[in-house]
Amino acid sequence: MQPFTKLTAVAAPLPMVNIDTDVIIPKQFLRTIKRTGLGKSAFYDIRYHDDGSERENFVLNKPAYRNAEILVTGDNFGCGSSREHAPWALLDFGIRCIIAPSFADIFFNNSFKNGILPIVIEDKNTHKELVDWLEAHEGEKLSVDLEAQVITWGNHSTSFDIDPFRKHCLLNGLDDIGLTLEKTAHIRDFEAKDHEKRPWV
Amino acid sequence: MSAHPRTLFEKIWDDHVIHTQDDGTSLIYIDRHLVHEVTSPQAFEGLRLAGRKVHRPEATLAVADHNVPTTDRSQGIKEEDSRVQVETLQKNCEEFGVRLFGMNDRRQGIVHIIGPEQGFTQPGMTIVCGDSHTSTHGAFGALAFGIGTSEVEHVLATQTLIQKPAKTMRITVEGALPPGVTAKDMALTIIGTIGTAGGTGYVLEYAGEAVRALSMEGRMTLCNMSIEGGARAGLVAPDETTFAYIKGRPMAPKGENWDKALAYWRTLPSDEGAAYDKEITIQAADIAPTVTWGTSPQDIAPITGKVPAPSDFDDPDRQKAVQRALDYMDLTPGTPLEDVTIDKVFIGSCTNARIEDLREVAKVAKGHKVAKNVQAMVVPGSGLVKQQAEEEGIADILIEAGFDWREPGCSMCLAMNADKLEPGERCASTSNRNFEGRQGRGGRTHLLSPAMAAAAAITGKLTDVRTL
Repeated sequence: MQPFTKLTAVAAPLPMVNIDTDVIIPKQFLRTIKRTGLGKSAFYDIRYHDDGSERENFVLNKPAYRNAEILVTGDNFGCGSSREHAPWALLDFGIRCIIAPSFADIFFNNSFKNGILPIVIEDKNTHKELVDWLEAHEGEKLSVDLEAQVITWGNHSTSFDIDPFRKHCLLNGLDDIGLTLEKTAHIRDFEAKDHEKRPWV
Repeated sequence: MSAHPRTLFEKIWDDHVIHTQDDGTSLIYIDRHLVHEVTSPQAFEGLRLAGRKVHRPEATLAVADHNVPTTDRSQGIKEEDSRVQVETLQKNCEEFGVRLFGMNDRRQGIVHIIGPEQGFTQPGMTIVCGDSHTSTHGAFGALAFGIGTSEVEHVLATQTLIQKPAKTMRITVEGALPPGVTAKDMALTIIGTIGTAGGTGYVLEYAGEAVRALSMEGRMTLCNMSIEGGARAGLVAPDETTFAYIKGRPMAPKGENWDKALAYWRTLPSDEGAAYDKEITIQAADIAPTVTWGTSPQDIAPITGKVPAPSDFDDPDRQKAVQRALDYMDLTPGTPLEDVTIDKVFIGSCTNARIEDLREVAKVAKGHKVAKNVQAMVVPGSGLVKQQAEEEGIADILIEAGFDWREPGCSMCLAMNADKLEPGERCASTSNRNFEGRQGRGGRTHLLSPAMAAAAAITGKLTDVRTL
């Protein structure tokens, strides 16, 4: 997994609430056996017309945002299905960081597994200030410093919280499975004891 | 006995922690892993690339459900990418030694229907699947939740997950459900009450007289939709109803192990005085047959109600979302819901495709005909449900009434296979999500109970089943 340390990049505002995983990547693109190649289909229904041409007013179709690496969005981003195709599609598009007042649990978790940093800005006013600023400064960059846990835009900045273990894994690009396999002896030990207690499992 | 009274969630959690770091991050053991064709290929590929094995193949059960056709299967799957995905699952299961119910096995069905049906799902277990509706299995008092593909790979390789304990919310439904009101109406009402993100970060425990009175099928419907309220898992404490359902199923404990399991399961319900992070109480008498009017499962109203206006809501973000939903759904504020005409009916999904659901549909449909303007499909949850419905005469009643009786699978709940809505079509659906495009691009979904779906099929519009 690619480590995430600092990112200074174009941030696209998409301030809708409850953007679900069917919107992020519709079902017809889940018939793949790969993780890659989904970027062109991200947000398919709201990004393209029925004939496949681009909707001009969709933020990621605007020239200023075609290279966006940060998405600033609304409450409960990523609700719905557990499909990891959602973060895969965003990552394949080039998104490395998503900022929202709240995220759905499974999507939030899946993002970390793919080196994407989801940042929660719980304070509605701060979130609104950020969205307003982005909308007034089309195509401007903002900076995210994971180590310092700070987002900076224009003359503004705000700090954010993150789970220390998740931060550590993201900063170092650590593979969860590798970490867990180091605890194989613990797992075997648990299984032996549990078999005594719950032999039917 | 533990020093403090514990909730059902805490008891299951405590019995599965392998290791805890200082910050509370824990490695927890996973007892059961369900696998399907859409969210597993990349996980098996990951194992292959790293030269890893499946840690405990016998704790894993695989089935193809999302992509399978619900029409005649003798010619295989027509769509190439769907076929490749189903074949990939088969190859992966062979290579890694995982049990698979193949497409032509009569036990094949929706992953969340077959787990309970086989007795694979049991109280007190941790159960995961690369599917958000894994919450269904919480009906048995199991901690069951959906995971992404990276975690599917993690569970395959290690039989564990890295987790932090969730917060707990108890939702008590007091009193008895009125006639014509079902578990689906209860689920929709709860989501409407807490909101689509109200359960984020929580495990829900459903309690109270109305929940205790539900069959296992009803409890599964209720727990299934926990994720629609933002909660990864929902729980119902195991009781005699639970034990009676499990006993004798193919993968249930037998003999001496049954007795041991039963003794353990009886210790699981939350202790008196156990503390929850949040408590919600709902009166069963206040729940009506419920339908959704919008594009989020929280957009609910009683069938006797009207389409709301954005100005009925306070929050500006919500007003915008409501306006967008009304535009998408092509509905005008103030329209009585019973005046909304439909084109299709979908009876199926992991929410409502069990035998009890089909019995409800047959009860309403018996002696009636599906309206001329409506195409109504019934997709049983599994081959065994289908067989039982045929044996009970349910299939005959439905076919006679003009319903399309199909093969089991996820079907038009998410429209990954050939079953889908055309743009602008309006569907009364027993499934779980009414998102934009969920049942087909431009399709419009109204969520409701199986009985209400049957009533809509007959009249051709959303209908209060109590008046039929």
